[in-house]
Amino acid sequence: MQIEDLKALAEKHKSGRKKITMRACMSAGCMSSRADVIKKNLETAVKEQGLEADVEVRRVGCMGFCGQGPLIGVDGLSAKEKLFEFVKPEDANAIVASLQGAPCEVQVGNPDHPFFAKQFKIVRANGGIIDPEKIEDYIAIGGYTALHHALTELPPAQVVEEITRSGLRGRGGAGFPTGLKWGTVAKSPGAKKYIICNGDEGDPGAFMDRSVLESDPHLVLEGMAIAAYAVGADQGFLYVRAEYPLAISRLQTAIKQAKQLGLLGSGIFETPFNFNVDIRIGAGAFVCGEETALMASVEGKRGTPRPRPPFPAESGLFGCPTLINNVETFANITAIINRGGEWYAGIGTEKSKGTKVFALTGKISNNGLIEVPMGIPLRQIVEEMGGGAPDGRKIKSVQTGGPSGGCIPAAYLDTPVDYESLGKLGSIMGSGGMVVMDDTTNMVEIAKFYMEFCKDESCGKCIPCRAGTAQMENLLNKILARQATARDLAKLEELCDMVKNTSLCGLGQTAPNPVLSTLKYFRSEYEELLQPDHFGPRAHPSEPAPK
Amino acid sequence: MSAISPIAEKKDVKPAAGSKHASGDKRFKILEVHMKKHQFKQDALIEVLHKAQELFGYLEDDVLLFVAHHLKLPPSRVYGVATFYHFFQLKPQGEHTCVVCLGTACYVKGADKVVAAVEDLLKIKPGETTPDNKVSLLTARCIGACGIAPAVTYDGQVAAKQTPEATVARVNSWLGI
Repeated sequence: MQIEDLKALAEKHKSGRKKITMRACMSAGCMSSRADVIKKNLETAVKEQGLEADVEVRRVGCMGFCGQGPLIGVDGLSAKEKLFEFVKPEDANAIVASLQGAPCEVQVGNPDHPFFAKQFKIVRANGGIIDPEKIEDYIAIGGYTALHHALTELPPAQVVEEITRSGLRGRGGAGFPTGLKWGTVAKSPGAKKYIICNGDEGDPGAFMDRSVLESDPHLVLEGMAIAAYAVGADQGFLYVRAEYPLAISRLQTAIKQAKQLGLLGSGIFETPFNFNVDIRIGAGAFVCGEETALMASVEGKRGTPRPRPPFPAESGLFGCPTLINNVETFANITAIINRGGEWYAGIGTEKSKGTKVFALTGKISNNGLIEVPMGIPLRQIVEEMGGGAPDGRKIKSVQTGGPSGGCIPAAYLDTPVDYESLGKLGSIMGSGGMVVMDDTTNMVEIAKFYMEFCKDESCGKCIPCRAGTAQMENLLNKILARQATARDLAKLEELCDMVKNTSLCGLGQTAPNPVLSTLKYFRSEYEELLQPDHFGPRAHPSEPAPK
Repeated sequence: MSAISPIAEKKDVKPAAGSKHASGDKRFKILEVHMKKHQFKQDALIEVLHKAQELFGYLEDDVLLFVAHHLKLPPSRVYGVATFYHFFQLKPQGEHTCVVCLGTACYVKGADKVVAAVEDLLKIKPGETTPDNKVSLLTARCIGACGIAPAVTYDGQVAAKQTPEATVARVNSWLGI
């Protein structure tokens, strides 16, 4: 495959398009409401109404507005796209008839809604536009040209340089500068190096990576290939959760297609660069999102973390230098190579560049995926884009960062969304889960929910995390059962501090965050549940009296 | 040497000599072909266990030993991996499975009430199967369907925006009620 062949393929694919395109969202969310049947019915309706010459029905990835799904987008009818919401299989005939001006009662969405208008799409630019199971669709919108550009015109060091200039930081949550990581792996000595894409999206309430993998698998593969070229690796692993069967099957299809066209494999674009990608399927362990645990899992072992250093960049998978990045990080790479690091660095804030995808869920009117520039105030996300809490309730708190993050109270909604500002509030950017809670939510219960999660997911290797999370959960249960005293609360705080500072890996070190942040902002909710301490030095009458 | 030899003899008794499993069950053959595809590499253990669970429905001791033997891994290592990951089931599942997602988005939208309703109906706890082997109730950490919370997976099919009533009705339909 040469660049001319790639361009010819793109042109050929584009010329085959029909005037009107109906895009059927076939992502996991809409699929659960029978999007596959809807697509089939639409195709039948087009045939029956004799519109085959002008209208085509295409499968596309996630459009983002999952709460309003299943979604059908129509292009080519007017200047703006038309969006049908809450489509049911039996609506197909009416929707197709409406293309010719017939009245249709299916709810039509507003493409100018702030939910769409305020977005800035880089990672999700092709989501809902291209067919994720057709490599031609990806090539037609300029896919794999960034890889060609890198392979033929940029030396590896310059690719790293470009990524460094972009200011891109790891999108998995911690926000480590990506360029620095790539540079370290590139400099590490070793004949064999590996690339790992971390698609073990374990945070409950987060589904950005699932959507990217399901909607635009080639974007991630191309990003991985560019990374491999930059650091000198020839083998990549894509670690995906077993809970995402659709993402796995679409990735398998994508890898097969890319190999057939010579865009993966040996001698890519007739250069000496070889790159192969294998999929590794997770098996349901939250801790495997931690990089050293993930590498153990790729090696077929129990997913337990190990102390760092040595960092994976020096000694990672099978003892070789390994580059691990998150799905969203890799999905940013092609845009940076195509448009330059300078361009990317122009988006966002001083220290947090680019965009971030968030899964906006919970007690909020507009559920779905959004991609916004860094630094956007939280209020714009939840109130304007999200439409606030439903049923006339008030937003009480926004939870970011999953079990490692914290609850941001409504009073701080004007905080800009960037790594530093969220960190200052005791939360983290995290991988992108944003769960909104309204005034009916009990914050102590939320803290307990996360603690129970961390207790279950603790791998058991280090004692502070294994025993500490269990004790903290007991204390939270005791508080919720109105059996605890101020002494128990003090003990809980002490344990938080101990687990945070002495655990081996990120899971334990961040497990107390939901408790600490709810204690910081909603302490009165804990104190209301406490019982007066009438029993002298004893914490509770059930405990033996001191001798 | 004498202390070692009985172990060596024992090894030969294991299904090693042939690729077939003593039971003659064809699924073992399929599993072996799958392992061969991975060149019997030890780091393919998790992939192989996924396949084994797909074939057998759950991972019984016999299957784990078969895998351990073919990948030349100690059974303790295979058992350790199988028990570490939540996805692997060591007990047979019921005819139908009802998996309630308990991710944060589903939880704040009342997934706990869905679980409670099914628990109440079937008189079993999450992770258990009804005594007649009809229905298994399970919970999931987050299936990434947060936009349509609360989500419940019935026999592998995800259903959106579930209520306790809808879930109970669905489970009842399995029970023929």
